Amino acid sequence: MGLKQNLHKLKEKYKGTKMAPAFNALHTFLYTPNETTHSGSHVRSADDLKRTMNTVIMALIPCLIFGIFNAGYQHYAAIDSTLRLDPLGNFFTWDNFILGAWTVLPLVIVSYVVGLGVEFIFAIIKKHEVEEGYLVTGMLVPLIVPIDIPLWMLTVAVIFGVVIGKEVFGGTGMNILNPALTIRAFLFFAYPTWMSGDKVWVHGAKAMTGQPDAISGETILGSLAQNHEPIYSIWDSFWGFIPGSVGETSTFLILIGALFLIFTKIGSWRIMLSAVLGALAMGLIFNGVVDAGWIKDGNSFYGLMSETFWHHLIIGGLAFGIVYMATDPVTASQTNKGKWIYGFLIGFISVLIRVFNPAYPEGVMLAILLMNVFAPTIDHYVVQGNIKKRMKRLKAKTA
Amino acid sequence: MGLLSKKDSRLILDPLADNNPITIQVLGICSALAITAQLKASIVMAISVVFVLGIGNVVISLMRNIIPSKIRIIVQLVVVAALVIIVDQVLKAFAYELSKQLSVFIGLIITNCIIMGRFEAFALANKPWRSFLDGIGNAAGYGVILIIVGFFRELLGSGTLLGFKVLGDPITKTGLYAIGYENNGFMLLSPMALIVIGLIIWVQRSRNKELIEEN
Repeated sequence: MGLKQNLHKLKEKYKGTKMAPAFNALHTFLYTPNETTHSGSHVRSADDLKRTMNTVIMALIPCLIFGIFNAGYQHYAAIDSTLRLDPLGNFFTWDNFILGAWTVLPLVIVSYVVGLGVEFIFAIIKKHEVEEGYLVTGMLVPLIVPIDIPLWMLTVAVIFGVVIGKEVFGGTGMNILNPALTIRAFLFFAYPTWMSGDKVWVHGAKAMTGQPDAISGETILGSLAQNHEPIYSIWDSFWGFIPGSVGETSTFLILIGALFLIFTKIGSWRIMLSAVLGALAMGLIFNGVVDAGWIKDGNSFYGLMSETFWHHLIIGGLAFGIVYMATDPVTASQTNKGKWIYGFLIGFISVLIRVFNPAYPEGVMLAILLMNVFAPTIDHYVVQGNIKKRMKRLKAKTA
Repeated sequence: MGLLSKKDSRLILDPLADNNPITIQVLGICSALAITAQLKASIVMAISVVFVLGIGNVVISLMRNIIPSKIRIIVQLVVVAALVIIVDQVLKAFAYELSKQLSVFIGLIITNCIIMGRFEAFALANKPWRSFLDGIGNAAGYGVILIIVGFFRELLGSGTLLGFKVLGDPITKTGLYAIGYENNGFMLLSPMALIVIGLIIWVQRSRNKELIEEN
């Protein structure tokens, strides 16, 4: 008897008991259920929640693998800066992989175990089925945190994010805020010393502070915010050989993920495109302000404002946020026109926060959370506008 | 209870739990979010409101038959303002540091909805003794939530209680801090107070299903 049969038997055995949703979830996660719908009308589609989730995870896998190598690479490159002379040659090495896996995989495991644990507990208390909602969140979380975040902090944050961000609103599909970003925002405000500065982006930097062989790794945004010249070229940044949160450094891989999501019609191209336009627009405005001479060198905003406008898309987590989190179908706007407005404002506000708030060097997290809150309002006005337009047309016809 | 009749004791006990001004009526949220980062401030605020609402209810109740109803809000404001100024001056005289920390929020007791609410809803229609009990009860119900929120925010946010380092010293790394524990800075920000109050509301309503509102 195979595992599937065993699981099915267990499921039947526990039917109607408290633990039933747990076995059900395990069964449907691993296999197609044995039961089929018998009555009523139903839609046949290959595209269920589980497959949607799996598609996004597939799009994230390259970022994860790259992140593992990058974690090792940044550590060794911080110790021996000659490695940076030939990033590609020194990147895909076993040393990097082993160190990276050693630091990144615990984050992934903690994220999934804790998050799914909370989901299971809530499913049992509320007596509903476990939903697949955490699958993507669980993969996003380790990719958007600094490499050395203590695991207990991640645990606290994941519990907070899943309970306050999602379960109190009624679970998957009912949440207002993106759960992965809720988790990150919690970490950011609760433990700022672990989430920003120049000591958190490279493995070991914080532990070795004050020692003679101390290392550090400032992100490009961090350097610019302090008006330092970043040590990385824009191409390093595009390929991803830079310090940053675990999986967001490689714009190239994010671009591939974006194409994959657009091709499979899982991610909305409207949101991605309009967010890019929004970021470019704000970047252009700032460039214009600098060109007009209103902001001079020496001003505390000069570094970020004078950065060439399209660089904003490549540095920091903006691209990752736009592709994987702004497009979250639950928290984004639902109407097509709404998606344009929603996306545009995300890009626009991200760059705005980036430049004007040195305490929040990455604005995309706060921008997406803010627009999550406004998404239903945008939809409301788009729908009302449409109704008004059609009423007018109807009146013109009947008159 | 020998001292109070059953009806009277309900005046005090109801607002503590099933008719709590903060968690059920959702009044007085503003100050509950603003000053609960420290337990000490929460306690002082709770005592101040007990004083103001207890005495204020009695004064309004004594005057309830002579206040013209058209100007009753102004009269209520005068009473409350007088009492708040007394509290403010006492704090400034005997606990200056604390009064600086509470800053405008003592003054803003005047605008605390719970106080005007009890004047309007209870003191204007009841005798002084019962009004006094109602005032004490409602202010205590407010205070209890403040103290619970203040307890968790100070413990998790600063690792102290009433200023004592109960979890160890974060700088010399003793106690919990020796094993890598860190204070949760989010607890010191007001949004977290709202979430803590939300959690209290959640716990209270899931223990007593009758409190869940229909919608």
